[in-house]
Amino acid sequence: MKIVVCVKQVPAKDAPLAIPEGAAWIKETDIGFELNEPDGYALEEALRLKEKHGGEVVALSLGPERSKQAIKEALAKGAERGLHISDDKFYELDPLGSAKCLAAAIDREKPDLVLTGLQSDDHGFGQTGVLLAELLGLPHATIIMSIEALEGHLKLKRELEAGWFQWVELPLPAVLSIQSGINKPRYATLKGIMAAKKKEIATLTRAGLGVTSAPTQRIERIYIPKKTKKTELLTGTAKEAAAKLVEKLKHEARVL
Amino acid sequence: MKILVITEQREGQWNRASFETIAAAQQAAAATGATITAIVAGKGVGALAKELAGYKLAEVVTVEHDLLEKYTPDGYTLALKQAVADVKPDFVFFPHTYQVRDFAPKLAASLGKGMIADCVALRHENGKLVFVRQMFQGKTAADVVFQGEAPWFASFQAGCFRGDQAETGSGAAVRAITVDLKPEQIRTKPLDLFREAKQAVDLTQAPIIVAIGRGIKEPGNIPMAEKLAVAIGGEIAASRPICDEGWLPMERQIGSSGQTVAPKLYMAIGISGAIQHVVGMKGSRTIVAINKDANAPIFEVADYGIVGDLFEIVPALTEELAKK
Repeated sequence: MKIVVCVKQVPAKDAPLAIPEGAAWIKETDIGFELNEPDGYALEEALRLKEKHGGEVVALSLGPERSKQAIKEALAKGAERGLHISDDKFYELDPLGSAKCLAAAIDREKPDLVLTGLQSDDHGFGQTGVLLAELLGLPHATIIMSIEALEGHLKLKRELEAGWFQWVELPLPAVLSIQSGINKPRYATLKGIMAAKKKEIATLTRAGLGVTSAPTQRIERIYIPKKTKKTELLTGTAKEAAAKLVEKLKHEARVL
Repeated sequence: MKILVITEQREGQWNRASFETIAAAQQAAAATGATITAIVAGKGVGALAKELAGYKLAEVVTVEHDLLEKYTPDGYTLALKQAVADVKPDFVFFPHTYQVRDFAPKLAASLGKGMIADCVALRHENGKLVFVRQMFQGKTAADVVFQGEAPWFASFQAGCFRGDQAETGSGAAVRAITVDLKPEQIRTKPLDLFREAKQAVDLTQAPIIVAIGRGIKEPGNIPMAEKLAVAIGGEIAASRPICDEGWLPMERQIGSSGQTVAPKLYMAIGISGAIQHVVGMKGSRTIVAINKDANAPIFEVADYGIVGDLFEIVPALTEELAKK
């Protein structure tokens, strides 16, 4: 089974975000980046399917030079090859524009299966997998909690809302968006990291892929949201703050 | 201008977020003078259409077909594409449900259009609608506008508009749109819906909840939070990442993919407050947030906050509560 897994590199979870006035993207200097956590689950699922059924895992990422690190992490964990769509202005792409770039790269690979995480922790569009399916003309399913590969088709467990689940079946090739928590992603081993150095990462560009897409939407600006509720901050040492809080909960909020 | 609201139902039961989307559309319509058409799709949706007609809408449209009885992304996309062609809206609004996430971007893309998903608010500014959504897990907001030609697609996060305040009207006209669907066009085969083993705890009934997030760092620290829960007489709960890690069972997860709770006291400990978590707890009467990051979005909904090291504050709180 040939699997393409889409991985994105996003600012580290605890990175302090600075936004230049009126900008539509953060200041990238001085912060760390990491593999988008939901994509880690998709990658792990791709590796497990390959280990069980044979085949190849190709890690695909769109973004600036730094995004190669996300591909390298995938290679270190066991993916065979990387595809990097190098794009310094990736943040100007709308969901459809990003998906068109990824779809053009995937189309050349003719995979049996395309996996994505549920959403990215930066833009959080949550649309890529579904858009890839439409652009590639493939069936899809999202929020997947288990995958069983059968002869020419898949049996999947989808998570619905409010504690409900559903089994669905669909034919291959297909696109799946993986729910976080489906598995326990592995760590890269030292051996894996060494082996990754010899693995190929092909560089592609938007122009080279022939993707032109008029944006359907534009982020005018991003900003720290205004507080809607007045929070009373309790200060002092841990002990003092704790005492103040218990006092407030007992006598002001009256919930204890 | 015309806004089309795509409502959601399953087996004749509303997804209540549908009414929040009607409220969002009514707000946009009040600012722009737009009319609103609401669609209910499925099989045997007559009674639901009648209920919708009681809202302040220009028109209610039913889209019925045997192949829409069970949801499939192919079936809903193909049917609603035909409905959009019939209604010719400028905007198409959805509740941001799991089902909408599964097909709405496909529907928009099948028409060469884009979608602004997971909006939390909208404004009318300089003659156009500005859609507000969150980025970076709620740490920033973004103002987003549509480009190019209509129709424009948008979905709204649960809990951002008041469904119970959607305006009622004098009876909207109901009409049916006939759609053409063939079994071979539907590639996914939907099988049974089911729930996992019966849940042992019902967090919705707990008067006090002590919820932990990533800030707890490792499973070995959970007993510290559990001690606080015991001291304060509450149930322990968590945000999604903690349950994904298997540190607490899934049934203790609060948020859009877990339970929605509204206890009298909710303590968010080491939880940053991503929207997916906040929608599950923002109805709580009193919210306490303990977090090392003063800019964490959880403080936006907290009544009381302590900015600091939870590993010092939580034991201090437990001790303080033991004093009586």
